[in-house]
Amino acid sequence: MRRLQIRVRGLVQGVGFRPHVHAQALRFGVTGWVRNDSQGVLIEGQGDGVAAFVEALTAQAPPLARIDAVESVECPALAGETSFAIHASDASGVVATGVAADAAVCPACLAELFDPSDRRHRYAFLNCAHCGPRFTITRRLPYDRPQTAMAGFPLCPACAAEYDDPTDRRFHAQPTACPDCGPRLSCPPEVILDHLRAGRIVALKGLGGFHLVCDATRADTVERLRRVKQRNGKPFALMVANAASAARFVALSAEERALLTGHARPILLARRRADGPVLAPGVAPDLAWLGVMLPYTPLHHLLFHEAAGRPAGTGWMEEPQDLALVMTSANPGGEPLVIDNDEARARLGGIADVIVDHDRPIIVRADDSVTRWLAGAPAVLRRGRGRVPEPIRLAHPVPPILAVGGHLKTAICVTRGDEAFLSQHIGDLDNAATIGFFEETVGHLLHLLGVAPVAVAHDAHPDFPSTRFAERLGLPIVAVQHHHAHLAAVLAEHRVTEPTLGLALDGFGLGPGGESWGGELLRVEGAGFTRLGRLARLAQPGGDVAARQPWRMAAAALARMGRAEEIPARFAAHGPAEGVRRMIERGINAPLTSSCGRWFDAACGILGVRPLAGFEGEAPMVLESLVHRPRVAEGTWSVRDGVLDLTPLLERLLTATDATEGAELFHGTLIAALIAWALPELRTRGERRIALSGGCLMNAVLAAGLVDGFAAAGVAALLPRQAPANDGGLALGQAWVAARTL
Amino acid sequence: MTHGSGGKAMAQLVRELFAAAFANPLLDQGNDQAAFDVPGGRMVMTTDGFVVSPLFFPGGDIGSLAVHGTVNDIAMAGAVPLHLTAAFILEEGFPLADLKRLVDSMAAAARDAGVAIVSGDTKVVERGKGDGVFITTTGIGMVPPGIAPSGDRARPGDAILVSGTMGDHGVAIMSTRDNLGFDTAILSDSAALHGLVAAMVAEVPDLHVLRDPTRGGLATTLNEIAHQSGVGMRLSEAAIPLRAEVAAACELLGLDPLYAANEGKLIAICADADADRLLTVMRAHPLGRDAARIGAVVEDSHRFVQMETRFGGRRIVDWLTGEQLPRIC
Ligand SMILES: [Fe+3]
Ligand SMILES: [Mg+2]
Ligand SMILES: [Zn+2]
Ligand SMILES: [Zn+2]
Repeated sequence: MRRLQIRVRGLVQGVGFRPHVHAQALRFGVTGWVRNDSQGVLIEGQGDGVAAFVEALTAQAPPLARIDAVESVECPALAGETSFAIHASDASGVVATGVAADAAVCPACLAELFDPSDRRHRYAFLNCAHCGPRFTITRRLPYDRPQTAMAGFPLCPACAAEYDDPTDRRFHAQPTACPDCGPRLSCPPEVILDHLRAGRIVALKGLGGFHLVCDATRADTVERLRRVKQRNGKPFALMVANAASAARFVALSAEERALLTGHARPILLARRRADGPVLAPGVAPDLAWLGVMLPYTPLHHLLFHEAAGRPAGTGWMEEPQDLALVMTSANPGGEPLVIDNDEARARLGGIADVIVDHDRPIIVRADDSVTRWLAGAPAVLRRGRGRVPEPIRLAHPVPPILAVGGHLKTAICVTRGDEAFLSQHIGDLDNAATIGFFEETVGHLLHLLGVAPVAVAHDAHPDFPSTRFAERLGLPIVAVQHHHAHLAAVLAEHRVTEPTLGLALDGFGLGPGGESWGGELLRVEGAGFTRLGRLARLAQPGGDVAARQPWRMAAAALARMGRAEEIPARFAAHGPAEGVRRMIERGINAPLTSSCGRWFDAACGILGVRPLAGFEGEAPMVLESLVHRPRVAEGTWSVRDGVLDLTPLLERLLTATDATEGAELFHGTLIAALIAWALPELRTRGERRIALSGGCLMNAVLAAGLVDGFAAAGVAALLPRQAPANDGGLALGQAWVAARTL
Repeated sequence: MTHGSGGKAMAQLVRELFAAAFANPLLDQGNDQAAFDVPGGRMVMTTDGFVVSPLFFPGGDIGSLAVHGTVNDIAMAGAVPLHLTAAFILEEGFPLADLKRLVDSMAAAARDAGVAIVSGDTKVVERGKGDGVFITTTGIGMVPPGIAPSGDRARPGDAILVSGTMGDHGVAIMSTRDNLGFDTAILSDSAALHGLVAAMVAEVPDLHVLRDPTRGGLATTLNEIAHQSGVGMRLSEAAIPLRAEVAAACELLGLDPLYAANEGKLIAICADADADRLLTVMRAHPLGRDAARIGAVVEDSHRFVQMETRFGGRRIVDWLTGEQLPRIC
């Protein structure tokens, strides 16, 4: 008789893996045992079916499991073994396992939720080993109920029986609960729906934090939400009942539909349908896409269940529904998402008409993830609930490193072996509360991973709070240039270790000499890089102010054309144009920048697209939305000594018939010019690969245009996929550079 | 200006210009130093070098600034200034007429402040090795008994007051230097603050902190105090006095007025219970008419200076390494 000892590595704890092993053992007549330990799962199995058993471990793995390796060794068979046992966990040794990301309610749980005869019928907190909260309720490892937000909810006898039954879906499901023993909602779903239908703003406690929710079809309410949340122009995401409902609002490919319905349940940015149902104009003003997501907690489903008239069974779940809800993170004043009930009353009282909470604490804050289909594959635009703490696999193991990211939209990253854990979106480090969340995230992630970093990587900007934090830790520090980090992040996730050319198309990062960078052609080599070229520099009159006032960048472009005298007449309506002209001409707080983002702003300013933006990046988003087919204005750029100059293109835009023509010419020409700029550098080196990164690569027109254009020239363009292209992905690159420095 | 050799021409310049302008019994003795009796007690002494471009700016010039700056450093100890000394570094070729204007302005400032410039020195450097005029002033003053303001004495619960509008000097200098063409001239607030301080300490002897937010402005100075005292601060943006012209200029320039220099304003930190009385005396003084309570000292291990913005958000008023660099990516 053959006996194997089988080591399974990966994310195999807290995801129903041992019952799966048990079930497969019964199926193939295998005897032996399984137990969790610090390395993952250890199994011994013997019997004629053991080979098929090992095969099935991976092939039939439960939905939330991630198997990185299965290693089997022969061991002496035991006589007289008759059963397969599940042994208690061995908690000794180094922690090398993790906790799963939060997952949407699974179909089996949904069937119970809407089954009038089930004891969990309409229970807002049901879950099982294959679904439900994980990361956001876990205080520390090992992942056991007392270490989670469920510590205060002792299991009732019925739940305890399921929890102890290896054949049950809830065997060792730490967050399991029922109406008798689990958390309770402060307000029944039907009343919440009434509030929403009456035009009220509801603060609703979710998985990773509170949402502000309202009816997306009510213009007055959506406007009011914008006003009280002081959110100028930033698009709101929608929640709709199901993919069929989503497909009424946005055009969905099969791949996008799969993203939308996957258990991570991100917000998906998808192209808005012109013939879609009418939404309040304030939902996503002037954007060609909408952010949509589907219900992921039982409570979300219950709201749509009420809207459907509370039918029995799950048949209604496939039918399209009219109900569309604005669901936006409750993070007033740019501070972190509210997660605590008392905090909600204090901070959301003035914003929401109704606060709905429950008594299951949120341990870890996580915004919804945002994903977009970009140049033929999905790209994460914001990492959050459903994605963290999934690791990004590196080309090889590296020393343990903490990377602290940048300043805006920051996230941190911790490496362990060949895995890089990029944290959830933390936010802008310009307020104490977010800095507090940042520090908390560092502590939590290091603890969760059991990592003691040997070095800290940070941005080269001296005044980022993240830089100061890194300097205070007392560990060796590695300052990484911003765009080096952006490109290194792409190389890290694509597991490229050879020297590679990269285009960093970004907003701003400090260059080694204190210059403003952001449109750079770099060659990344090991821990270092060479700057092969840059975009021509524009004055940035007023520094950061110009990033929110595209007309200022347009003025700078005019000055570059030698037409500064036209500035006052063209832009007087938007602000102190004469003063800005003088600032540009005399170099008064008008640092020169090679930023691609600022070239986008200049185009927007010239075309009158959001000359005064409500938030940075708004104008280029609207510009992108105008594009149907990018077009090239031949002969409107030049490359000299590695410097790509698009001034003639902007001069051409001055005579565009309308903003749409201008947007198409700008995108098309920029794409063609970037390719023409980089290709000779690739060809002289005989290279057929280029990395693309920076905030501008969230622009789907630009990303697709570059990928297609490079492909036509035989060059594979690598895009950020698992880490955001903007500063949310910076920490991954910093960690990778630091790892190669050590 | 060709008085570089230290010979007769220089002696003549010193005699006819400096000695005449600064005339007082101690200086008139004509020695290389002044000897005088001081009252018993705590003495303060400070020195400051002045380099400013342009040398003449709306609301002042480097001469009066050199007096105000040092007088204010003395006053921030709660002290009464007594005497100043002045050292000049002149660039060869600097117009004599301009020098005379500066020196007269300096003399007038000293007279108005009730201090004497009791000793001085003049050197000339080659053309191109200076920027017109550099002045260094040293001053001494006496602290009244029982007065001991210090940057490390801010305590949680204390009130934070400022004596008037913020950023006037810095913005005045910048707008003149670069001739930005504002409709309204912004004047420097350059002034000697010891009179205001005397009135303040008379009313509230237990002033915890007094400091003039010169280079780096309010933001930098409050951060320095927060670190010295090991505390945090909470400010209210709406409460910080700001001239509309200064606000508009800063909006154009993309600069934060809280980092712009002041030369005639002070920050006072005192017990909350003393704040209203202090504010009343400050407002009764011509240099404190716009005085305001702008926030409070709080406990904070991060020593953050935080500000409630006009929009109801809260942001960190950071301590910058150098100039205001862009941050938005
Ligand atoms: Fe960036
Ligand atoms: Mg001084
Ligand atoms: Zn389930
Ligand atoms: Zn129960």
